[in-house]
Amino acid sequence: MDRERRIQGLRERLHYIQDIFANRDDESIRLLAAKFGELIERHETVSGGAKREELARIEDLFDFSERKLDTTLTPMDRVRIVRHPQRICLKDILENVYDNYTEIGGRGEYNIDPSMLIARAVFSRRVGDKVINQMVMVIGQEKGHGEAFRNGGSVKPWGNAKALHYMKVAETENIPVHAFVFTPGAYPVEDWPGAAQQIARNLYELAGLRVPVVSVFSEGGSGGAEAIGLADRRIMLSHGYYSVISPEGAAAIEAGLRSGDRTTPELIEKCARQLCITAEDNLRNGYVDRVLQEPPLGARPYHYDFFHELRRELIQTTNEVVSSVKSMKLYRAMAVRTSKTDDAESIYMRWTLSSSALDRLVDLRQRKFRAMSRHARLDGTGIVSRAVAATKGTVWAAHSFVRYDLLGRQKKRLNAVFEDLGAEAHLVRHKVFMPLKKTLDRVLPGNNGEPPKVGEAVVDRLTRLSCPEDGACLVGSEWAWTSPRSQEDRTISCPNVRTHHCPDLWVPDLFGDFAGVCPSCGHHFPMEYRWYLENVFGYSEAKEFNRQLESVNPLGYEKFDTKLDKAKERTGLKSACITFETSIEEVDTVVAVLCAPFRGGSVGAAEGEKFIRAAERATRKRQPFIAYVHGTAGIRIQEGVNGVIQMPRCTIAVRRYIDAGGLYLVLYDTNSYAGPVASFLGCSPYQFAVQSSNIGFAGPGVISETTGTAVPPNYHQAYHALSRGHIHGIWDRREVKKNLHQSLLTMGGRNLYYR
Amino acid sequence: MLNIKELLDKVKASPYREIVVRAPHTGVVSFASVKPGEKVHGPRGEFMEKPGTLLAQLTREKNEKPILAPEKGVIEAVHTRYEGQFVEAGEPLVTIKHYMTRKEVIELILQEALYLFRAPERAKYYFVPEVDQKLKVSGKRSVKVHDGMEFLIVSRMKRETPLVYSGPEGIIYSVYFGRGENVDEGEPLIGVCPEDQLSVIQDVVARIQSEWEEEA
Repeated sequence: MDRERRIQGLRERLHYIQDIFANRDDESIRLLAAKFGELIERHETVSGGAKREELARIEDLFDFSERKLDTTLTPMDRVRIVRHPQRICLKDILENVYDNYTEIGGRGEYNIDPSMLIARAVFSRRVGDKVINQMVMVIGQEKGHGEAFRNGGSVKPWGNAKALHYMKVAETENIPVHAFVFTPGAYPVEDWPGAAQQIARNLYELAGLRVPVVSVFSEGGSGGAEAIGLADRRIMLSHGYYSVISPEGAAAIEAGLRSGDRTTPELIEKCARQLCITAEDNLRNGYVDRVLQEPPLGARPYHYDFFHELRRELIQTTNEVVSSVKSMKLYRAMAVRTSKTDDAESIYMRWTLSSSALDRLVDLRQRKFRAMSRHARLDGTGIVSRAVAATKGTVWAAHSFVRYDLLGRQKKRLNAVFEDLGAEAHLVRHKVFMPLKKTLDRVLPGNNGEPPKVGEAVVDRLTRLSCPEDGACLVGSEWAWTSPRSQEDRTISCPNVRTHHCPDLWVPDLFGDFAGVCPSCGHHFPMEYRWYLENVFGYSEAKEFNRQLESVNPLGYEKFDTKLDKAKERTGLKSACITFETSIEEVDTVVAVLCAPFRGGSVGAAEGEKFIRAAERATRKRQPFIAYVHGTAGIRIQEGVNGVIQMPRCTIAVRRYIDAGGLYLVLYDTNSYAGPVASFLGCSPYQFAVQSSNIGFAGPGVISETTGTAVPPNYHQAYHALSRGHIHGIWDRREVKKNLHQSLLTMGGRNLYYR
Repeated sequence: MLNIKELLDKVKASPYREIVVRAPHTGVVSFASVKPGEKVHGPRGEFMEKPGTLLAQLTREKNEKPILAPEKGVIEAVHTRYEGQFVEAGEPLVTIKHYMTRKEVIELILQEALYLFRAPERAKYYFVPEVDQKLKVSGKRSVKVHDGMEFLIVSRMKRETPLVYSGPEGIIYSVYFGRGENVDEGEPLIGVCPEDQLSVIQDVVARIQSEWEEEA
């Protein structure tokens, strides 16, 4: 019986190796297969089966070969390891790492989303002569060794909502969160709460979650990973990957394929290599804090030593997080820092933190992310300008503090008192004098003021035809800037002609006076971002900042340098993000614009940094912060994790800004998809869209590829986004400025300078 | 009385519908490479999002507009004499022979043969209990309706009002709505046929169902 089981074990190991190396022709694999074949043959023919020693020998051979093969793993092999059904799952971790656990929020198939698993877990251990039970909230994706209903760990929006709910529960109960990232990516459906918007909400909450969060990355697929991956400490398993997109997806984009076609394995392999997705890459780039070594060829459920290691690591890391902010720690903090062995279990630290410690924790977390991805952008600002900017920043902060906090608050209080007094006085006057006035009116009638005489000129102005001497009232275009397309003498058809029977439109009219809006159906033709810069944001009078921050090719992605140079040359921009300070109808505002013509408006390290600095500037100056998204295709995949990390980074910046009492408003135009919508844009409490824009998580091609169901052509339309509750209003392009001004006056922010 | 046999023969004699694609407005025509005898298709896809075969381009004021095949069929004629010419609106450009599908033929015949009683407003419709019972017990072809007969209940926004039949006397041939289902205004509720034609219609429909060969 035991031998049978061992043979079965060997068979599984062999299959695993063959799967991982995707039938690559390798000496060791061939040898293993041959030896195993011999063993099976002997076991079946010889009476009594194969001998014990024989088995031991071949097991040793397997161990040796696995160690040998482990050194030859390519990034794509690691992807296959992580996706293999034999790979450890969250359930295995719960069983073997924690001493006890209770699954909550659903069990197995009976679950709102079986791919998101929540559990209350306990570490029990003996320190000295005391038994300690420490509770944690475990949140993570469950791949379930290939169970179909788990959806491969691809979490639906409501699964992420469940995760968020239990994060808040952990916050209420003041216990640490252990997040386990086992996802190839989020499931791209738009139904409420919406794939993108829910991830954004999770990020926003995690950015300020007041409990220690430790995350463990095994398979970190872009947005899905970010939904629970923003943590104080990020541990990565040595055979895992953390990437902006699956290598297949990157290859499909690289090859310019339409959905349905397949790329070559070589190209996929190459993309996997170029995206720098392995644990070492991420450690080197500083996106994970530590790599936990797995057994050769990756951890499987029978690697009990590994679970022991993981347990030690989790306790140690949680201790570290706690000790970094705890006030009462003394010798233990040092011990935690230095302990590399099993000592972690022998150090006891209370994981509940005081309110002030939690403040420090959140602040540390935010600073940690702020400092990331510095290498992935180019700052062309001179050292002098940088010093000046830093000084200015401090001065503004100090100025705002003195003017709006120190003095402003007193003045506000005084004003309030005067207002109250005034109201009282008004009422008294009313009560006392009105009866008097009424009596007087009765006694001396006809004493009412006569209507003021209207001048001849006024009568004339009100009654004559409008400017008759000028002929037809032809005044110049009301727009400060019109699209160069309006110079073309031709007509075009409105795309809604079938349903709305719009007449053909003359281009000079359409892109000139009509501002690209079909007068018959209201369809908005895509407009250049310059139009908004000039007509809405008054760019010519605005003060642009951080112009010198430049997008680069941090991963040395093949041929990307030339593409980037071409984009820079064509647009005259250094990155897809323009940040400037302007005044909208006398209200000073900080604006960040994502321009679609620059690499599809994709967000990389430079764009992220500019966005964050803009948010910080708005905080310092107590100004509202507007993000105008002319269009964004998502995170720039060629920057790999350098791009993805902008999701938590920017969301943290936004969170800090909103918490400081600002007004953060997002305006979408044309097409906005993926990462940015799933983070710093989607988390805004005020999101509006220009009519005829599209907002979503994944494009129709990706949706039909991953979910297997086609979506209607208008699936991402702004009106659908509005009815799904993702955005909060749709604006006409010609009224954007008016609406923006209205919003600035009426929405958000207790700490805006003009309030 | 309607002669169904004759109608069927007519359909059989030419099981085609001729679709004339005309210029929607003035402009200069340039034909795509379609030739008589070629197969074309109409809009396809789950949401009709894939356009039909390109037949021609019509250019007016430098605005090039595609003219697409509205339905599946075979090109019968391309009026190539207009190639590169300026045409008026309504000028025939391409003629497509559309082979009728089984469904279309049945629809055509039923349209001619049946009287369709349509929903006066968007609501849920139920048969009155007597009619309902009769329908359930002895099938729908057993109920006779005549002008002025109260036979349906309109249920909408918590109010229920009886609906009176108006139209030629006959037998309920088909029911187009389901229980508890909202029916839009103008949608057919029932199809009524004269009693003496019932067997003929049934026969014809059955024959079309089994015999009509659809083109792939």
